[in-house]
Amino acid sequence: MKLQARQPVVKGVRYFLAHTPGLVFHGSKPVREMQKDRTLRDAVRSHLRSYEDALAYPPHQVFLGALEPETLSDLARPWFRYKTDLAQRWGPFGEIMPEEEFLGLLKIVDHFRLIWIDEDFTSKIRNRLEPHPLLTDADLSQLGTGEPLSKIRAQLPPDGTALPLCLADGRVVGCIHRAHEEDSSLTPDVLLENLACKATATMALRTLLAQELTKADQIDYVIGSGEEAVGDRYQRGGGNLAKAVAEMCGCRNASGSDVKAFCCGPVHAMVMAGALVGNGIFDNTAVIGGCSLAKLGMKFQGHLKHDYPILEDVLAGVAILIGTDDGQSPVMRLDMVGRHPVGAGSAQQAIFEQLVAVPLQRHGWRIPDVEKYATELHNPEVTEPAGSGNVPLLNYRILAGLAALHNEISPTAVTEFIAQHGMPGFSPTQGHIASAVPYLGHALRRMRGGSLRNTMFLAKGSLFLGRMTQMSDGMSFILEQN
Amino acid sequence: MNLQGKRVIALGERDGVPGPAIAACARSAGASVVLEMTHCFV
Repeated sequence: MKLQARQPVVKGVRYFLAHTPGLVFHGSKPVREMQKDRTLRDAVRSHLRSYEDALAYPPHQVFLGALEPETLSDLARPWFRYKTDLAQRWGPFGEIMPEEEFLGLLKIVDHFRLIWIDEDFTSKIRNRLEPHPLLTDADLSQLGTGEPLSKIRAQLPPDGTALPLCLADGRVVGCIHRAHEEDSSLTPDVLLENLACKATATMALRTLLAQELTKADQIDYVIGSGEEAVGDRYQRGGGNLAKAVAEMCGCRNASGSDVKAFCCGPVHAMVMAGALVGNGIFDNTAVIGGCSLAKLGMKFQGHLKHDYPILEDVLAGVAILIGTDDGQSPVMRLDMVGRHPVGAGSAQQAIFEQLVAVPLQRHGWRIPDVEKYATELHNPEVTEPAGSGNVPLLNYRILAGLAALHNEISPTAVTEFIAQHGMPGFSPTQGHIASAVPYLGHALRRMRGGSLRNTMFLAKGSLFLGRMTQMSDGMSFILEQN
Repeated sequence: MNLQGKRVIALGERDGVPGPAIAACARSAGASVVLEMTHCFV
């Protein structure tokens, strides 16, 4: 039987946040700077947020769907001032999990006994995790009974090589071991990063499957899109965390693979997933992205300088379901995919020309014909104190400039264009998670409700960071009301 | 600014002007680019 060409649709998306102030001390920038200046440790600890403050933080509520992105335009900054008792752990698009429970979750997804948790703490978090709607008896049994704290402390330096797992107040409640004495790809910090990816992606996909009423065994293929490196000394980036997550989510009929494209990974992966469905190879695919633990506290110096709380204290995950046309879900226009070819050059104008103008012109669309553009959506309150600017606004200005260059808007209409077609940034600075896909939940909701016709999701990737090329990268697609 | 014969370090930014673009401008002005890098701050 010949495969039939079909229209892929995005059936759902869910996000997952974990508030992990204690893990900020394992972020790449904090680790490096604290090795040079030990006084920073106390300064950071005194600026960590409570779970209640992270929960109430408006950008997090936008991320989880309780607020619209445009709401932030009307809220005076700093946004972290806003306190409310009304914020809910569960938003329409997912939950924000407290730190203690997330440490238990790390233990649950660890199948190699790398993580040891204190026995008293294990008992406490078992009680906290038992009522969780997405955790099973098998998950809770994975917690075990824990280890005596004295035994855990003996694993830590100077006597041992394990990394401590601490709460925000500095209490040691566990540790993570290396998996090999001579393998730099299996050190405790690398394994912690990878397990955190596995845990956050697992919870995002479990949330998606449960709330979109999709049976796990209906998933044919899972594509990972994160920036972690899962492997060992001989295959440092071997990958396929996707299949490990599929296993955790009970996707017994699924296989998977990982797409590696820096921040652009999720959009690349969505296009590939759409193509797999569109060509009749699979019926239901899931694109997942775990967190970036290395980016916890990345801008901490700017936050301390301005007496801000450490705003990069959450880990984020995403899961997206792409399937066959059901007549309701928004459609992926695979005939309007934008890409950044090697020969295009890395100037911003060239990148946006390829990602935006080329696919639109192919169908006679103008840049203003796209109602909303979802680009790099990093929270500016995180980046501006560190001198990194307002990343979404920078990108929207380039987009508006391109429209003016094409004589599709007046140069004096740039501000109006940005207000109409853009949005404030709200995503945690979790690398690939912040690239376009944070708006997917809002877009799906508005398209199903009839208040949005189309959105272009465009993401960029910083390939030059890996020192293999000076190039950037990018990918885009149009999502349209069904 | 006259860059003719000068040595230039081109430090760019992904969401601003990337390093290769700065380097191309500098070379067109007669400079010798000794280092070309692009940073990504997110």
